Amino acid sequence: MTTLVEASGISAIRQSLAARRRRVTTLLVVALLAAIAASLYLGDYPVAPDAIVRSLLSPLTGEVNRGVDFIVLNVRLPRTTLAILTGVAFGLSGAIFQTLLRNPLASPDIIGISHGASAAAVICMLVFGITGVGVSLGALAGAMLTAFAIYALAWRGGVTPYRVVLVGIAIAAIMGAIISYLFTRARLQEAQEALAWLVGSLNAANLNDILPLAGALVLLIPATVYLVRSLDVLQLGDDAATALGNRVEPTKLALIVVAVAHAAFATAAAGPVGFVAFVAGPIARALLAGAGGGFLQSALVGAIVMLGSDMVAQHALPATQLPVGVVTGIFGAGFLLWFLAAANRQGRGG
Amino acid sequence: MTGAKPMTTRHTLAATGMHLAYGTREVVSNLDIAIPPGKLTVIVGANACGKSTMLRGLARLLAPTHGTVLLDGKSIHAMSTREVATILGVLPQSPTAPESIVVADLVGRGRYPHQGWFRRWTAEDDAAVAEALAATDTLELADRPVDELSGGQRQRVWIAMALAQKTDLLLLDEPTTFLDINHQVEVLDLLTDLVRGGRTVVVVLHDLNLACRYADHIVAMKAGRLVAEGRPVEVVTEELVRDVFSMDSRVVVDPISQTPMIVPIGRHHAQARENA
Repeated sequence: MTTLVEASGISAIRQSLAARRRRVTTLLVVALLAAIAASLYLGDYPVAPDAIVRSLLSPLTGEVNRGVDFIVLNVRLPRTTLAILTGVAFGLSGAIFQTLLRNPLASPDIIGISHGASAAAVICMLVFGITGVGVSLGALAGAMLTAFAIYALAWRGGVTPYRVVLVGIAIAAIMGAIISYLFTRARLQEAQEALAWLVGSLNAANLNDILPLAGALVLLIPATVYLVRSLDVLQLGDDAATALGNRVEPTKLALIVVAVAHAAFATAAAGPVGFVAFVAGPIARALLAGAGGGFLQSALVGAIVMLGSDMVAQHALPATQLPVGVVTGIFGAGFLLWFLAAANRQGRGG
Repeated sequence: MTGAKPMTTRHTLAATGMHLAYGTREVVSNLDIAIPPGKLTVIVGANACGKSTMLRGLARLLAPTHGTVLLDGKSIHAMSTREVATILGVLPQSPTAPESIVVADLVGRGRYPHQGWFRRWTAEDDAAVAEALAATDTLELADRPVDELSGGQRQRVWIAMALAQKTDLLLLDEPTTFLDINHQVEVLDLLTDLVRGGRTVVVVLHDLNLACRYADHIVAMKAGRLVAEGRPVEVVTEELVRDVFSMDSRVVVDPISQTPMIVPIGRHHAQARENA
């Protein structure tokens, strides 16, 4: 019967797409492991690879080597961990927003979420003189409130991608203006501290940054896995998604809440590190080349970009540690230019 | 092969006193309609007469401001949208294909309402996709990216997605737009096959002559209201065409199907008609 032959043809196509997804995932996992190894190995204080491994295993083996343990477990490991966690969170946030809003520009660092977090953090620092965990909490609240404001302003019996992006860009401009205004009134010392936070940095990574983000991800990642299946049909447009039995508005709201939470917790932990959320999804999709999926891969790309950028930030200039946001900014801007050029060549650009 | 599936019960779709609006602008007013089961219903009317809006209302894509849409006698908005999606399939006017998605993957999205958290992709889904591709003559495109297809091929792939949903009721909003005449006829032949296989199909069409030829039941709309409905041979007249499209025409007998065929006259040919 011909239909059986045809069905096995469909099955073969699906399997080849799945195989491509697996190849991309494997490649990214290997790249991430290599980046993790490099980030634990590189540094001013030389530690041999076997000593690093022994130090990492020391909580199990009980072996103690104070100097090496301090460097590996207290300096490098927290930084590497924070880079991975923030990279995963930014990567997922960007990929969800870009897919949901069907617009590669619609990442949280473009549509105002990061700007809202930044404005709140700067208000905490410059107006109320708050430092430390209070700033992170402020950033978290700022991101959530900004997202709520964007959603409410974009709502017209439903939210359309176009309105969310436009309202988001307007909100980003307002938040930028608030930040600039506060800087004009700030004392130099305070302004410098606020500016350092705004660029985004992993320089002082410690458990106080890692634990809240890790805890959030324990809840957010299962929620993401559950919700992204709906994006298979939401991508086709609201009417098509409804026709296929998706409850469009509640699902969109849930996806937005999860994507905002990813970006908000990551920003609270490391500052508004620019462009990681923006580049992760497009890089993952380019690697997948139409093989479907994309969220796991975006998370991995986010982690690799964050970790790689942080290594460049630490070691590119002798005797100077750049904030990671400087490197992701340069990388992201370059990527944006390349992306626009590629889109124009293919006739997809504006 | 297409849709040759035995029907145990026939699903019904109707609207009573349906008002549809975008914001405060009312597009469809107090409309009563009962879709005849097991038939091909074609909705016609001039641009902006509300025909697509009415289809969106019947398809629960737009909630009525007043009145109800009834699927099997129950309010469609009171049913779970997932449950509706296993009975009623819809091809909306302008769905968007994700970038570089492959045809088989896109058509497979039509299986979404049949899957759940615990029931993943099965051989039955593969068979449904293969059958939908075969019915729309797109099987050889299965592994191609949708981006690379022509407008006509793309439209047939979207129809295949709606077919893969395997619903007894199927609503299509202008599925022949962008298609060459041969593909338009193929699509309407396909819809006729589906109806003969026991399904109920409702379609919005632009081409009046194809509408008259293929419709078991034609619905003419003007300014958000039903003007006429019934078998084309009974309702399509020169007066109806003038009323609905504000255009003079001659209605002759289609030499192929013996259905009404509308020959538009137009300003430059009005003289010729008078002389004839």
